[in-house]
Amino acid sequence: MAAVQESELKVIVFQLKNEEYALPVQFVRSIEKVQHITRVPRTAHYVKGVINLRGVVTPIIDLRERFGFSPVPHSEQTRIIIVALQDIEVGLIVDAASDVLDVPVSSIEPPPETIEAVEADYIHGVAKVGKRLLILLNLEKVLGTESRSS
Amino acid sequence: MDMSQYLEVFIDESKEHLQTINEQLLELEKTPEDMSIVNEIFRSAHTLKGMSATMGFEDLANLTHQMENVLDGIRNHKITVTSEILDVVFQAVDHLEAMIMSIAEGGDGKRDVKEVVEQLKRIERGESPAELITVAERPSSSVSLSQTYGEFEYNVLQQSKEQGFFAYEIRVKLRDDCLLKAARVFMVFEALNEAGEVIKSNPPVEMLEEEQFDQEFVVTVVSKKSAEELYERIMKVSEIEEVEVVPFDVEERKKTSVAEAAQAEARQQEAATVQAEQQKQKKDSEPNATTKQSASVNKTIRVNIERLDILMNLFEELVIDRGRLEQISRELNHPELHETVERMSRISSDLQNIILNMRMVPVETVFNRFPRMVRQLARELGKKVNLEIIGAETELDRTVIDEIGDPLVHLLRNAIDHGIEMPDVRRANGKPEEGTVKLKAYHSGNHVFIEIEDDGAGINRDKVLQKAIDKGIVSKQNADNLTDRQIYELIFSPGFSTADKISDISGRGVGLDVVKSTIESLGGTVAVDSEEGKGTIFSIQLPLTLSIISVLLVEIQQEKYAIPLSSIIETAIIKKEDIFHAHNQQVIDFRGKVVPLVFLKEIFEIPTVAEEEEFVSIVIVRKGEKMAGLVVDSFIGQQEVVLKSLGNYLTSVFAISGATILGDGQVALIIDCNALIK
Repeated sequence: MAAVQESELKVIVFQLKNEEYALPVQFVRSIEKVQHITRVPRTAHYVKGVINLRGVVTPIIDLRERFGFSPVPHSEQTRIIIVALQDIEVGLIVDAASDVLDVPVSSIEPPPETIEAVEADYIHGVAKVGKRLLILLNLEKVLGTESRSS
Repeated sequence: MDMSQYLEVFIDESKEHLQTINEQLLELEKTPEDMSIVNEIFRSAHTLKGMSATMGFEDLANLTHQMENVLDGIRNHKITVTSEILDVVFQAVDHLEAMIMSIAEGGDGKRDVKEVVEQLKRIERGESPAELITVAERPSSSVSLSQTYGEFEYNVLQQSKEQGFFAYEIRVKLRDDCLLKAARVFMVFEALNEAGEVIKSNPPVEMLEEEQFDQEFVVTVVSKKSAEELYERIMKVSEIEEVEVVPFDVEERKKTSVAEAAQAEARQQEAATVQAEQQKQKKDSEPNATTKQSASVNKTIRVNIERLDILMNLFEELVIDRGRLEQISRELNHPELHETVERMSRISSDLQNIILNMRMVPVETVFNRFPRMVRQLARELGKKVNLEIIGAETELDRTVIDEIGDPLVHLLRNAIDHGIEMPDVRRANGKPEEGTVKLKAYHSGNHVFIEIEDDGAGINRDKVLQKAIDKGIVSKQNADNLTDRQIYELIFSPGFSTADKISDISGRGVGLDVVKSTIESLGGTVAVDSEEGKGTIFSIQLPLTLSIISVLLVEIQQEKYAIPLSSIIETAIIKKEDIFHAHNQQVIDFRGKVVPLVFLKEIFEIPTVAEEEEFVSIVIVRKGEKMAGLVVDSFIGQQEVVLKSLGNYLTSVFAISGATILGDGQVALIIDCNALIK
């Protein structure tokens, strides 16, 4: 994660299995509606395939499956969040992407020992914003290189 | 003044000038008499000096200045060109390159160059004066009044004469204490353009504008005015020391210049024959290495390659929409719409070609630093090596060009260090003393091939094998089953070096294994073949990354895949009962050969939706000698598609080499046949 010591962190908030997750805005390139995905054989089960993103072939990960949740059929709300980390660009399928928030850095805490949503490995921290609890993702771990293709 | 914005331009241009200096110095070594080469080098060095001083890189400017003095000495025949002197100059160039690199990497470009400066100074003082066939020349400090003109300029002069203009050559000398040289030059030009037209100036206008001249310059003017009047007009400009206006006749000049050129040619010939005793004849490695007049410079502009990528991607989207438009216009059957769409299609095809070619760069940009390197290496090792470069105009995608340099350097070093023998050894073996290294590039299909061939000692098979066994790369048992080629391939194993003496040349801590992995990371392959006593050849095969390739689109259930046409032999539709079983494999009899079948549906785990039919569609593909039949459901047809990578997240997907975007905007994967043939 970028070690930007500012008082507030701008994040994109999205839903996954009734939880709210967040990614710092500097990693997010765009948010797309679901389009035709071309399956890529013999890749990890959570890699759904690739899409044509304005001329760039972009891999798509189903975030539910990445975290070991059960997949759900896509709805009107389903979105693909295009994220970029160093030289990797990937689309993440999420249940819905709702809004952009400023999270006070002081309110970010390390991930609690037991969190039911997702393995602590993928979490950078949690933040309370008003009544909402946001799970800040560790994108490097989410895009971790282990077992992407077999 | 903030110079940072000019830094990039400065670095790029400096590199170009250094490259020119390098090339021309090599030429000079072959033809030490050719003053046009010295002038060329001098010009580059001079420009470099001016630029560095402007940018405030003192060390750079000082060293260049010292180098310039030596070149000036050569120009004025005070210094004779010898290999020893050139070694020092080359050394100076190396320092300059190092400084530029340091600046490029954000450093200050400072460097301790005392020693080389000292050496240059010694040369300048005339450490090794020798008798030269001197060609009487005016001292170079003053610009010669008698200009030479190109064909085009003669035509212009000729035409103006026919229209009643007179031609003049005017020498203008500014006062020594003139402060605003460029401004005075501008005013002189202004005055002349009012009275006629300036055809040519020496030094060229750009240099005058940058104040890169001493105190005087010469302009060629056509005017209907008299010489006196022109003289008056120029003298009106302040800070002018003297003006000399000389009318001349175009035809006369043309005749004499031809005669002079012939004379100069003769003088050169004479000089060359004298030199020939001392100098062995060297073959030109470059086809156009004759005395190059500074060729017409193409106007270029530097564009960030990422922008070209974006342009290409957007353009492809446009092509997809074009396809939709074509379809709509067909359906509507509206003649005007139809015509417009057709025109648009044609224009966009042309555009596509332009965009594709924009990214292509001749391999020359990489090759042109090799002659210098080879020369130096050969001198270090005391070997005689002639480098032949063939096919330098072969074009490759920019991205590949950037990566390919280091592996090639390594292979060349390897050829000279391990391949070419010492002159006495070569003589003893009945070979010419001078070894030859051939560097050859050519296109074939969707690949570029680069070959590095030497006529040296070849690879010692037994030595390689012994070493591989010692290092535990192969076991003794396996060693007997290896073919010669497989043994040669062992030199690409990590930590392998066959030189008895570890030199710092091919050693350098990087082995051929790095070469191999670099080339493979570019999607290429490298192979080696050798014959002991005869020589070695390394062949590199590289894809044209961003290239349009021909593919056969096939359908398997509901998925579409593309198979590169380059690996397809033919397609066939066979009956189910024609499939046999052999060694637990399904095979077919194809023209008398047993060809194993590869069921893509299973390999790619494609979900089944449709029933099987009694006929099977097969694409016969090959990899070298081996063949396989890829089983698909149906053929869609042949298409030209743009190759795209799957990005950095999905690396090394089995049997998929990339992707492409089809006319409907969807992605289709491209099959890597090589992975499917065992």
